[in-house]
Amino acid sequence: MTIRVAVIRFPGSNCESETLEAARRAGATAELLDYRATSLGGADVVILPGGFSYGDYLRSGAIARFAPVMQAVRAHAEAGGGVLGICNGFQVLCEAHLLPGALLHNAGQRFVARPVDVRIERTSTICTGLFRPGAVVRIPQAHGEGRFVADEATLDALERDNQVVLRYVPVPGSDLPHNPNGSARDIAGICNPAGNVVGFMPHPERLAEATLGDTIGQTFFASLVGAPTSGAPA
Amino acid sequence: MTSAASTPRAFPGERPVTEAVVREHKLNAREYEAILALLDGRTPTLTELGIFSALWSEHCSYKHTKPVLRRFPVEGPQVLQGPGENAGVLRLPEGWAVAFKIESHNHPTAVEPYQGAATGVGGILRDVFTMGARPVALLNSLRFGPLDDPRNRYLFAGAVKGVGDYGNCVGVPTLGGEVVFAPGYAGNPLVNAMAVGLLRAEELITARAQGVGNLLLTVGARTGRDGIHGASFASEDLSAESEARRPQVQVGDPFTEKLLLEASLELIRSGTIVAIQDMGAAGLTSSSAEMAARGGVGVELDTSAVPTREAGMTPYEIMLSESQERMLVVAEPAQVEAIRAICQRWDLDATVVGRVTDDGRYRIIHDGVVVASIPGQPLVDGCPIYEPEARESAEAVARRSRTPSRDDLDPLEALERLLDAPTIASKRWVFEQYDGTVRGRSVITPGGDAGVVRVEDTGFGIAMTVDCNARHVLLDPYEGGKGVVAEAARNIACTGARPLGITDCLNFGNPERPEVFHQFVEACRGIGDACLAFGTPVTGGNVSLYNQSPTGAIDPTPTVGMVGLLEDVTAAVGSHFTTEGDAILLIGRTAGHLGGSAYWAELLDCVGGPPPPVDLEAERGLQEVLVRAAAGRLLRSAHDLSDGGLAVALAECCIGGPWANATFGATVDLARHADAVSDLGWLFGEDAGRVLVSCAPEHVAALQALAAEHGHGAHYLGLVGPAEGELIIRRDERRWQWSTRRLRAIHLEAIPRRMAAPGAAEE
Repeated sequence: MTIRVAVIRFPGSNCESETLEAARRAGATAELLDYRATSLGGADVVILPGGFSYGDYLRSGAIARFAPVMQAVRAHAEAGGGVLGICNGFQVLCEAHLLPGALLHNAGQRFVARPVDVRIERTSTICTGLFRPGAVVRIPQAHGEGRFVADEATLDALERDNQVVLRYVPVPGSDLPHNPNGSARDIAGICNPAGNVVGFMPHPERLAEATLGDTIGQTFFASLVGAPTSGAPA
Repeated sequence: MTSAASTPRAFPGERPVTEAVVREHKLNAREYEAILALLDGRTPTLTELGIFSALWSEHCSYKHTKPVLRRFPVEGPQVLQGPGENAGVLRLPEGWAVAFKIESHNHPTAVEPYQGAATGVGGILRDVFTMGARPVALLNSLRFGPLDDPRNRYLFAGAVKGVGDYGNCVGVPTLGGEVVFAPGYAGNPLVNAMAVGLLRAEELITARAQGVGNLLLTVGARTGRDGIHGASFASEDLSAESEARRPQVQVGDPFTEKLLLEASLELIRSGTIVAIQDMGAAGLTSSSAEMAARGGVGVELDTSAVPTREAGMTPYEIMLSESQERMLVVAEPAQVEAIRAICQRWDLDATVVGRVTDDGRYRIIHDGVVVASIPGQPLVDGCPIYEPEARESAEAVARRSRTPSRDDLDPLEALERLLDAPTIASKRWVFEQYDGTVRGRSVITPGGDAGVVRVEDTGFGIAMTVDCNARHVLLDPYEGGKGVVAEAARNIACTGARPLGITDCLNFGNPERPEVFHQFVEACRGIGDACLAFGTPVTGGNVSLYNQSPTGAIDPTPTVGMVGLLEDVTAAVGSHFTTEGDAILLIGRTAGHLGGSAYWAELLDCVGGPPPPVDLEAERGLQEVLVRAAAGRLLRSAHDLSDGGLAVALAECCIGGPWANATFGATVDLARHADAVSDLGWLFGEDAGRVLVSCAPEHVAALQALAAEHGHGAHYLGLVGPAEGELIIRRDERRWQWSTRRLRAIHLEAIPRRMAAPGAAEE
């Protein structure tokens, strides 16, 4: 049976098409889902894509968390269903308290769009299962508010419980700061303790197609489709 | 109902139109007389005067430039839509088409860089999606005064942030551009934004009001008091009073733009609308009047029906507001409900504000009272056309024979200083703020010769670039104009794409000055000749005159945006060396031409000499060589020689792309080539028509044979060296050597180092 993926479109989402394609390319049955929906329509995995929901004029994700569909997302997450937030989607998950911490303006106060080198810190999640633990991959990233912050106790708990999924790491020869936004402990992405709710800032869906030179991003989507869904209710 | 005969009345409280009010609206005596004649001798109402002022501004009427622009070549088998619409459209394979256009937002940026630049991006995106095209890429050309002045740093930082924030939020990747710093732009920065969109050829829609009885609807944002008279503002010299124009600069809302983009494309595809046009410069006035004139019909607008942001707006204000993110739609009455439903899905309002009439008049009603009634066609094309005097100044002639007072720099130091010149330096600091990968279709992102995107799910791609060497245009407008198109075409061809067509943004000073108009006429002649020779028609563009501040006119800057077709997107060629041991070849002829060079201008403080002559036949052959070589997979890199000549191009190929983790060395030997040329001419001369390529050693012979077939030499220069190696250039017994890691640091740090100085965030 193929995995069913719902990609939510909030007003101002702008990465939904390539995210949908990446999921389909991996073999999933994937559809867009309007933010006004009140049910996930039987999806096994829900993806909150990148973009600027509601323009992000207030604080990234701060309004999207109140969108009607978020109640269904919350229920799905709590029942153990797969939820992935990419970039703005990660911001929404933090605002909705489905993940701890918050994402603030980049330390340099400028939008930063460039590839980043991240290490796969945890493979027991819905979307990193096919990676070799500790693999370092280079993936595009583009955001103005990606500085992950949390209080020390929360950060310690994230480390202790193995909830850091992606971490910015230095690579030899690069003349750019390895941490592009000043995130605490170089964190690029985290998950809940069970690993079924994941959020990260990089955009693997933008590096998932052979004509673009590299398909490493597709591994996240292949993992999503290959990984068991822990029997979430439809 | 009103009849054509109803005489317009002044809106209550409106000022009477006096000679002073006419002057204030930038209409001269000849133009005002023409207005009176159109109104049968009647004094216009203030609303009417405002409408004329907007439509007869240079920005909307092209009154100084139309006869010159008519000489551009605009035809070709690939042209689906030429000049005169919101954007030009060219055919691509498999039923696809590309819509593209460039436009200036210079004056707003001079007084409010963030919003000025942001709304420039917003406007150009709307021009493309009103053709039915989904925007897939943005480019921009930005020009400022030198970065040692805090005011210029403020303008530069603000404009870059404005460009970035807008495009990033809408979700369109920025794939190319140029940034130039020169004293001529100190009082008058330039922001030229280009958008590229894709559509199915059969979905092309034009902005032509048709069908008597059809309705006009506004869609999108409400109308506020911002941007009133923007078109007129864009048509005057910048002065000390320009700062007071700050409230006339519009404010952008990219979130609404994104909704408007999706709603507009859905409206077009749904077949519910007849026509659609952006309310850009001169807002509701130009959109409605131009749509009516194109369709040969009249329109009647009820300004009291237009949704406004604040109560009490007058018809004058509503007609001239340049509030952003608004569209005007023409539709059959039966479709209004369907249109509303689509707009509501995107959280937007659609409001009926007028109708198409059969009397050819342009009529405005407010609260049941006619406040304007003007014959529609002459309103759009009846502005007096001027043929200003064009005469080259003695100073300009003298400039061409100027040479530097010294010419003895050490090449070692000269290359390092050129790489540190902000115009030549890496623009990573700039495009790091632009999302270049959203949509997941970007094949070549900024930092090379041209950007490349894959066309949706096909196997082909489009390449795109913007270029203008204004120094060459300043020194010789005709050769410089040719050179602008030639450089753009070389950049496109370096990726392996075949040049298809151009859009132009003609930024000049005050056309009423003969020396400025000479630059305009000659540069356009050069552009036209090059486009004709290359088979790349002009599909539209924009004229920005009066780029003149108290410090004088800008350097003449006819920016060209070009697109090309890359038939196999997987064959795209990058700009930088990729493999140790590859052969390095120089295609094209070297004559050591230093006139107009960056070497003279940046290092010897001499903007002088004739710029390099451009051989259009040779350029065309070069393009062919590059396209075929890429298709035959002969190339590993190709990089155009421009500012700084061979030495800078070699250094850039070694330095690598903006995100590279390693540089490459290179060893080249200039012996046996162009023996009569001086060392400095070889290293820093800017002869046109040259490209530096690298290829696997086994492909050298094939590449040389291909070049010869097209009348070119592909001169073997040397080999790509090891990672982190040295760049070594030999000539006879002379040898210059640089650490490529050091050159990379200089190139990449030049702009951030200057921006770290205090003052960038001031004001």
